[in-house]
Amino acid sequence: MACDPDSTVANPGCSPQRRALLKSLGLVASGLLPRMGAGAPTDPTKLAPQLGDELWFPSWEATSRPIVADEVLFNGAPLTAVPYDPIAKVLRESSRLNQILVVRIAPTTDTKSGVLAYSGICTHAACAVSEWNSESRQLLCPCHGSAFDPAARGAVTGGPARRALPTLPVTITNGKLVVAGSFSAAVGAKKSWTTKS
Amino acid sequence: MLRSSLLTSYLLFSLFSATAADLPKYATVTAERLQHPEPGNWLMYRGSYNSWGYSKLKQITRDNVQRLRPVWTYSTGMLEAHQAPPIVNAGMLFITTPQNHLLALDARSGELVWRYQRELPEDLFQLHPTNRGVALYGDAVYIATVDAHLIALDAQIGTPLWDQPVEDYLAGYYMTLAPLAIDGKILIGVSGGEFGTRGFIQAFAAADGKPLWKTYTIPGPGEPGHETWPGDSWKRGGAPVWVTGSYDPETKLTYWGTGNAGPWIGETRPGDNLYSSSLLALDVDTGAIRAHHQYHWNDSWDWDEVSAPLLVDLTRDGKTRKALVHVGRDGYLWLLERKPNAIGFIGAQNYVRQNIYRSLDPITGRPDYAPETVPHLGKRTEFCPSLWGGKDWPPAAYNPDTGYLYIPANENLCGAFTGEPAKYRPGELYLGVSLKNLEVFPHAQAKDHIGELQAWDLNAGKKVWTAKFPFHNWGPVLTTAGGLVFAGGTNDRNFRAFDAASGEVLWQQRTNSGVVGVPTAYEIDGVQYIAVQSGWGVDAQRKQEYLDKAFGRTTHVPQGGVLWVFALEKADLGEPGEPQPTNWFKPATSTRPWLLLALDNEGSVEAR
Repeated sequence: MACDPDSTVANPGCSPQRRALLKSLGLVASGLLPRMGAGAPTDPTKLAPQLGDELWFPSWEATSRPIVADEVLFNGAPLTAVPYDPIAKVLRESSRLNQILVVRIAPTTDTKSGVLAYSGICTHAACAVSEWNSESRQLLCPCHGSAFDPAARGAVTGGPARRALPTLPVTITNGKLVVAGSFSAAVGAKKSWTTKS
Repeated sequence: MLRSSLLTSYLLFSLFSATAADLPKYATVTAERLQHPEPGNWLMYRGSYNSWGYSKLKQITRDNVQRLRPVWTYSTGMLEAHQAPPIVNAGMLFITTPQNHLLALDARSGELVWRYQRELPEDLFQLHPTNRGVALYGDAVYIATVDAHLIALDAQIGTPLWDQPVEDYLAGYYMTLAPLAIDGKILIGVSGGEFGTRGFIQAFAAADGKPLWKTYTIPGPGEPGHETWPGDSWKRGGAPVWVTGSYDPETKLTYWGTGNAGPWIGETRPGDNLYSSSLLALDVDTGAIRAHHQYHWNDSWDWDEVSAPLLVDLTRDGKTRKALVHVGRDGYLWLLERKPNAIGFIGAQNYVRQNIYRSLDPITGRPDYAPETVPHLGKRTEFCPSLWGGKDWPPAAYNPDTGYLYIPANENLCGAFTGEPAKYRPGELYLGVSLKNLEVFPHAQAKDHIGELQAWDLNAGKKVWTAKFPFHNWGPVLTTAGGLVFAGGTNDRNFRAFDAASGEVLWQQRTNSGVVGVPTAYEIDGVQYIAVQSGWGVDAQRKQEYLDKAFGRTTHVPQGGVLWVFALEKADLGEPGEPQPTNWFKPATSTRPWLLLALDNEGSVEAR
């Protein structure tokens, strides 16, 4: 179940208010899609992560399969993931905005397991945050050098990005990573280009 | 063509204020006008087809430039690198910004006439969020977009006329260059060499956007040069084209520089890799490659040689040579010769510290590499200059009055790569060098300065002066018949006027941000203006971060674009009786710069 404080929650965005909202809307049980609306893509491979999606390795990384929570190593390099729609049985990897980074930090009040999922798309210029500094344990964007701290809710620690990497709430269910909410903020660079903020 | 999507893909603000409405009817840009542009207008990227970056205007001179002052500014509201030149046609001024906004302004008053805003895809990946300006032809203005479309707009009112998709942005293709208008055609090239693309130059009909010809910079199967690529490497070999070419109307050849081959480490694609890091001469009517010169083969240093050559007639040994002058990212100043069906080699010499070329073939100019400076897989290799080269894209300028070429150079920098196998994935980086294995640092024996503005006497083949700056120089250059050179490019946010003969800094204005825009000059009603965008970003900013790391310091250059337009004070223009402006904008009484300015002792020409 999404945002269950008793489960192995990996979810900084999973506030009590959010749980209450989801329950009041009946979305937790129904698995309905709170972010779908007019104009949203209908191609399931392009949809943003949906409640109940599993996190899988993308097709370009390996034979497609679910990421097992135990594979996410403490303080190790992030694993690249994309959402998998268990109903349509497709990877939602047709949108670059669905690239996700999974890391494991020390357990906190946000995450008992230490497993966290972040957007893998830089908030500066929408490049893929594809590199990892194993010494400073920072997520790096190779385009313009933005750095993000996965142990500080994706905060910007270097480079031109102005916004933290959005987090994606996930739970661990039967060893798999399951999407438990929406990204904590807009994914990508759309809001990063103007001096008006 | 995507006529149906035009209404939803942009926002347009047509303002038609009282001032703007007073603008005369738009002056149609003809092929004839582009061949012989009036001194008062700036109709294309470098002002003229020969890519000189030279204005014949001479109201502003070395004697009065101290009284140059801003007459108006315009804030674009956008972040990142504002590199586009203000293009001016009979009172209308056009600039572009990052994210493909295109602004038309009254060139005299600064009043906005219209503003076009491209609606870019949400998942667009922008390695270089910038744009280098527009082309003008007929009654239209043309912009090449970062999602790889070519768009024509009505120059007077800004409404789109046609929108031609050029390539797929999801495969890593994008465009940042100013298109080139020649005789009814609009020419573009594509960026994306970092993403495993295959570069090309393409021409479209100015009237309706119909594709006319397309020439790949990497030959396909059966074409000459294809054998210089192993296996399928040609399909993803880069050689992008992201700076506007030159044109010789006499021969109808258009000259374009190409970027480096990809991935970065040459041993992964053994061979010369034609036509990467090369100069191409294309027949403007057919796109056929009539000649080429490869500056360096099998690149491993990320040296795009995209800057277009300057077409200059040189006197050598008493004879006039129709030269192609190229300031290479490889740190060499190249003099080539343009012929109807060939490009000859005249000579080349390094203008910054370069430790890679042991020699050049005297007939062909082909370099011989010092093997210890060629990066490999799994091994750290140092080389000089750094990946940003002696000069990146910021254009050099040529002044026919002095006979000097002005180079915005970066000296004393070296770099290192440790190569790794690159994994291809459409639309994502395909470099073969990880960010953490990419280094830039000052040369051990030379830490006193990095940025330079160099002047070279092309006929004598000698450097005559050098202005030096503590940090790097990313400033495109304008030179004028007033005996001046204008450039910014430094992290102190200054825009400067230099004496073209001696290199002395005669005037400077501190602006809002770092000036990486291409400066231009124009004239309206007898008043000469100098215009430039200030807006730091992209590689200038990124390089600053590497230098800060190397020097153990922090530099803050604010972002946000502003167009600055300067003119002399009214008293200098012979308009007595006008109230004088306040001193608020005036530079301090002493414009003597804090920077390290020195005449170069190597020079053979005395400062006048």
